[in-house]
Amino acid sequence: MSSTNDLITRAEYCVIAVAECFRGDGEILCNPIGTVPMIGGRLARASFSPDLVMTDGEALLIAGPYPVGPTDQPKTIEAWNPYRSMFDLVWSGRRHVMMGGSQIDAFGNQNFAFVGDWDQPKAQLLGFRGAAGNTIQNITSYWIPNHSARVFVPKVDVVTGVGYDRAAKLGAAGRFHGLRHVVTNLGVLDFETEDHHMRLRSVHPGVSVDDIVAATGFELAMPSDVPETRAPTPDELELIREVIDPHGLRDKEVPNP
Amino acid sequence: MSLTLAQPSSKVVTEADVVAELLDGMTIGIGGWGSRRKPMSLVRAIAQSDVKDLTVVSYGGPDLGLLCATGKVRKAVYAFCSLDSIALEPHFRKARQAGAVSTLEMDEGMFLLGLQAAAWRVPFIPTRVGLGSDLLERQDEIRTVVSPYDDGEELVAAPALHLDVALIHMHRGDRRGNGQYLNVDPYFDDLFCMAADRRFMSVEKIVDTDDLAAGGPVQSLKINRLMTDGVIEAPHGAHFTECVPDYPRDEEFQRAYAASAKTPEAWNEWRAKYLDCGDHNEYRKVVGA
Repeated sequence: MSSTNDLITRAEYCVIAVAECFRGDGEILCNPIGTVPMIGGRLARASFSPDLVMTDGEALLIAGPYPVGPTDQPKTIEAWNPYRSMFDLVWSGRRHVMMGGSQIDAFGNQNFAFVGDWDQPKAQLLGFRGAAGNTIQNITSYWIPNHSARVFVPKVDVVTGVGYDRAAKLGAAGRFHGLRHVVTNLGVLDFETEDHHMRLRSVHPGVSVDDIVAATGFELAMPSDVPETRAPTPDELELIREVIDPHGLRDKEVPNP
Repeated sequence: MSLTLAQPSSKVVTEADVVAELLDGMTIGIGGWGSRRKPMSLVRAIAQSDVKDLTVVSYGGPDLGLLCATGKVRKAVYAFCSLDSIALEPHFRKARQAGAVSTLEMDEGMFLLGLQAAAWRVPFIPTRVGLGSDLLERQDEIRTVVSPYDDGEELVAAPALHLDVALIHMHRGDRRGNGQYLNVDPYFDDLFCMAADRRFMSVEKIVDTDDLAAGGPVQSLKINRLMTDGVIEAPHGAHFTECVPDYPRDEEFQRAYAASAKTPEAWNEWRAKYLDCGDHNEYRKVVGA
């Protein structure tokens, strides 16, 4: 590892891993939810996926590598996209969303509604939000900032986002389902196996395969050689640090180990 | 010679008039989204009333939370319940975790389809939303329908969400019941009204009909008087939720509201100060709005 790369933070590896989720997506709505996801999405658009369309986090579609956090930079508004239009986009499939998850299993079934019993949950969380509709109609990736066996579980308490095993049972009606990557604070996972069982795709520098195995509550498919997550290029680093996240919000979400 | 033209009726009413129409067990839809443009003066009036066993249908925020905290809710039809800047509505969480409130879990988009189905007077709208998820697998109230066409696909039949009463908050309105939003998103307030038997709209300000159109682009005239039965003038009626451009969310007040879920003592104190204080005018004095 070069001395420059030693100065790259864990959060910056997460950002580049998020950006890579959107490579090759062309002209669709890139809709990452959360701080590191938003930075990664805007980085992808500013570097290698220039045709991506992105929101301001509310009802506008805006151009440029607009910064996250407080800014007085004026927005270049491309279009109006209130919630009602957002559902039109989701249901037409022209969107790749990155959501969070409180629990996720080996086939990508996700839960963030509640933990425990349906009628009296141990912990009421977000509810279904848009997870069921998202996962069955557009491409979905996940961002898990706290990779642990409490999140990566053998069985989720509630299926809010649909995994590959359930989608397969739907036949043609489920043909728009697709999960891309699961980016975590430790590495990147995908579903590029014959039966779409979750696979370790890369580890962030400083993390071992054993670390990830220990933090995952089910067996992961394992390639013979697990690569490291790539480092951002110097241009990408400058975009992250100077343009998109000048306040360093990424390091608050993912502290450097 | 002077002609006297017949005028549309005035629909101006008060929060108390609205509450007087409510019955135990009714299904009430509340517009807005999360902690944004919620008809809070109406919600507080319900919270102060004797009405109980309500089914509340809402893109949930402190409306659903406050009605849970005051024991008004038997069932929540919801896709989320959030204060936006505070991700999880603590009063709603508390009620759920106590097993005090049953739910119909919905996806945000399925919710829109349910309101639309009710507005169009059809029993359901077909959709892929819900396929493969526990929305469908674990709730009898949500069922599937098989396409009668050659594809024969089995889809989700998003059930119509009929409302007895809809409550919404707009920036401006006239006495006839036309309404205007001035922020960036209309949310689904028109659909809430169209899905309901009785429809009440609070507004920041009642203005002359001519001034409504002058106050924004014609597209902002989202609510027409066919959608409403009553108009309530309630300045700061959405407080403490966001009602830009008139006022932002009162974040400090919202933090105090959230903190009041921590102990029964904290809740009693909050309730005494901000609920038992009286009507909306008294509340405005207490909160300085």
